[in-house]
Amino acid sequence: MKREIPIIIVGVTGVIMFFQYFIPTGWSEFIFTYAQDWVMVIGILSLPLGIWSLVKANVLKLKDPKERFYSAVLLAGFLAMVLTGLKRESFEAGSVFMKLFNTILIPIQATVFSLLAFFIASAAYRAFRARSVLATVLLVTAFLVMLRFIPLGPISTANLGIVAWILSVPNMAAKRAIMMGIGLGAAATAIKIILGIERTYMGRD
Amino acid sequence: MSFLEKMMLIDRRWIYLSIGLAVIIPVVVSFEVPVSVSPEVRKIYDFVESLNAGDYLFIAVDYDPSSMAELNPMAEAVLNQAFAKNLKVIIVTLAQFGPGMVEDLTTRLASAHNRVRGEDYVFLGYRPYPAITIMLMGINFRVPFPVDHYSVPLDSMPMMRDVRNFSDVKAVIDFTAGNTADFWITYGVGRFDFPLAIGITGVMAADYYQYLQSGQIFGIIPGVKGAAEYEELVGFPGKGKEQMAYQVIAHSVIIAFILISNIAYFATRKQKQQLGGGR
Amino acid sequence: MKNRQVDSGAIGILAVLFGLLFFGSASWAQVPQSSVAADTTGPPAPQPPVNVRVVDKPNDAGHGLIVKWDLSPDDGAGLNNVSTYEIFRSASPEGTFISRGITIRGNKEYVDSDNLAPSEGRPNPNYMPAGSTWYYKLTAVTENGVRSAETAVVSGTTVENLFHYGKLPVLVGAVLFTGLLLYLIINAKRGKKLYVRPLAGINAVDDAIGRATEMGKPILYILGLGTAGDIATIAGFTILSRVAKRTAEYQTRVLVPVNDPVVLAVAQETVRTAYLEVGRPDQYNPDNIYYVTSMQFPYVAAVNGIMLRERPATNFYMGVFHAEALILAETGNIAGSIQISGTDQIAQLPFFVAATDYTLIGEELYAASAYLSQEPVQLGTLKAQDYTKAIVMLLVIFGAIAITAGWTFLRNLVTINL
Repeated sequence: MKREIPIIIVGVTGVIMFFQYFIPTGWSEFIFTYAQDWVMVIGILSLPLGIWSLVKANVLKLKDPKERFYSAVLLAGFLAMVLTGLKRESFEAGSVFMKLFNTILIPIQATVFSLLAFFIASAAYRAFRARSVLATVLLVTAFLVMLRFIPLGPISTANLGIVAWILSVPNMAAKRAIMMGIGLGAAATAIKIILGIERTYMGRD
Repeated sequence: MSFLEKMMLIDRRWIYLSIGLAVIIPVVVSFEVPVSVSPEVRKIYDFVESLNAGDYLFIAVDYDPSSMAELNPMAEAVLNQAFAKNLKVIIVTLAQFGPGMVEDLTTRLASAHNRVRGEDYVFLGYRPYPAITIMLMGINFRVPFPVDHYSVPLDSMPMMRDVRNFSDVKAVIDFTAGNTADFWITYGVGRFDFPLAIGITGVMAADYYQYLQSGQIFGIIPGVKGAAEYEELVGFPGKGKEQMAYQVIAHSVIIAFILISNIAYFATRKQKQQLGGGR
Repeated sequence: MKNRQVDSGAIGILAVLFGLLFFGSASWAQVPQSSVAADTTGPPAPQPPVNVRVVDKPNDAGHGLIVKWDLSPDDGAGLNNVSTYEIFRSASPEGTFISRGITIRGNKEYVDSDNLAPSEGRPNPNYMPAGSTWYYKLTAVTENGVRSAETAVVSGTTVENLFHYGKLPVLVGAVLFTGLLLYLIINAKRGKKLYVRPLAGINAVDDAIGRATEMGKPILYILGLGTAGDIATIAGFTILSRVAKRTAEYQTRVLVPVNDPVVLAVAQETVRTAYLEVGRPDQYNPDNIYYVTSMQFPYVAAVNGIMLRERPATNFYMGVFHAEALILAETGNIAGSIQISGTDQIAQLPFFVAATDYTLIGEELYAASAYLSQEPVQLGTLKAQDYTKAIVMLLVIFGAIAITAGWTFLRNLVTINL
């Protein structure tokens, strides 16, 4: 029964929410908002689980000389943000929490994002080689689309129309085809889960 | 090993150094770059320009600080235009750290245009689970946001008195770096059929032209270049146009490296073929 | 036949409504006329719209009505001075009429709805509950604000609909797809052989795990930034199960830093079960599967740190990825790992294709469970997807021909009205 009960819950809930989509009544809307509220509640209630995992993993890593420094920094940052962010007033401008957020978190996140610029260059250098006819077509198209995002005066203006066509026609066709496949795959996976065919997420004793 | 073979196996740190120099040069030697406006950006500008004073515009600021450099300029440009035209602006954020972005934007721009919170603009706040929040806002903004970000009841605000949901706003403009645009298109436009335009990072642009083609969105502001184009139209100088110099040089360096890599590839391939034919 | 999806009851109510409307319109002369007459001084007033009627807004929970009318004779013709129409509503024929909205000339209908139920501290006199009756009248207005005479008062009653007919194509498509799926699964269970083309990414999984074992280095498995409800993340769990079984057999460490607490719980359960099934429960170490952070770039920074310190031999990226895809893949390159990726995020596929050794594109990720298990039931599902894709392709081709020829029946058949 330990395995059957979750499968029944998933199946019944899945079928209810499937038919809910087609029923516009007030009670149907209530079921929808009620279920979505519970999704939020489950998500929030699972947060302590994540925090416990994070703290435990890093406290254990303090013993390892290789990992000690990074784990110490993580735990220090974690404690600093939790302790300074406990009160409602912490989210007002000028508070210690907001200062830490604005002066440390924001710049660091932007810095990590900016790594993309460097990594794109190295990935492009390695991958954008005209090894075949298709690779050459890809390369030329990439050049044209790149030029769209660089303001080069008359060259850019002339290029806008070509790139708009590339993005709106062949690119769109390919993406729609991939999206159709993804949509069908997602629908099939969802049906398999509702019918209890796909049970990897459940584990077993 | 010949020079070309060395180029094929170049240490990636030389590439990083080149890119680093490419973005430092414009700091020292700044120059302006002429910006041509694309039709998909102009459509958004023209739409906002066609609105009358007192019309409602809904803006979703759905990005985190990591995408600020690319998306803040376009959000600023649109907000500048909206405040200058005396539109009523409703702002929401579906990104976890969006409130900080919005507070920064509204504080600066509202004071520059003498706009008052509650009368000229309202910041609803942040809610998780974008799909759910959009659908609830479609019923009524007060369902997910009975009070705004500052805990002021929506019903107490003069500008929100006769505003219920998306049918009372002229358009929604979403600025996002993640997949929130998908939720706005699927659950917003799909269910409530309002005009939607998006401002997205450059890397996402290729994904969303199909929605422009199908009419599900009426305009796109793609990346920093799109932000620069909008600033060009609006006439408020901003970070978008400032960043164009960096964009030009960095892209040029990347294109140069790709060309070098291909020249080296073809040259070494030819050499190998000749060596192979000679045996 | 008790079938809640077929709104026979609603059709009956609509029929009664239409009857009432006709009766109501026949007796409108008994309803007190509005005291507002046309403006007779200054510029000429337009004529009011005609044939005003009210119908229930379809496919809703009974909170809306649609006011319909025929254009004023002075709209686009006659005096040609109509600019807008204004719609007034009251809860009773003698009550106070308030303006519900304005629509521009040329329009012949107005949707009036309000579904915000009043509550304590938030009254809403405009709320339209299901089964409520409302009274409407219209005026035509010129650009200068000169009004026509008001139309006669007409009424309508909101009806709670039991089925959303606009979504019927979705229901039909879902039922047909499910039917095809079940048919092929049953066929597969009967032993019918089904061919599926090989996928390089999936075939490389075992080799990649073997490489890690030989090098004595761990395997890094990244489930991406999705939640446990995302289909791509669920597909990632399936492949993780397979990888975990192999690592249990070969006694190789598998590290799974996750981005979501619910994903953490499922990932731990998946790996634990895999180790159990292989008979190595003692080898399972829950500390190898841990939560890092829910934020995108801090998660990337943490995973990059793991890659550069642990130097895993193999990296798997299976799930939902956004801008961090290339950062992760390039760092894996720097660390010298062999990398297998799979995502349904189309924007990130080019980065994975450029930076990783093998990529599962879109639905190939979802098909992984079928490829790895080779179970007839799973393969049957794949076949159903393929046949449905073939049907969609034929529909697209035929639809393009139909639209070009001006036949709109196919488009009307598949259009969803939300």
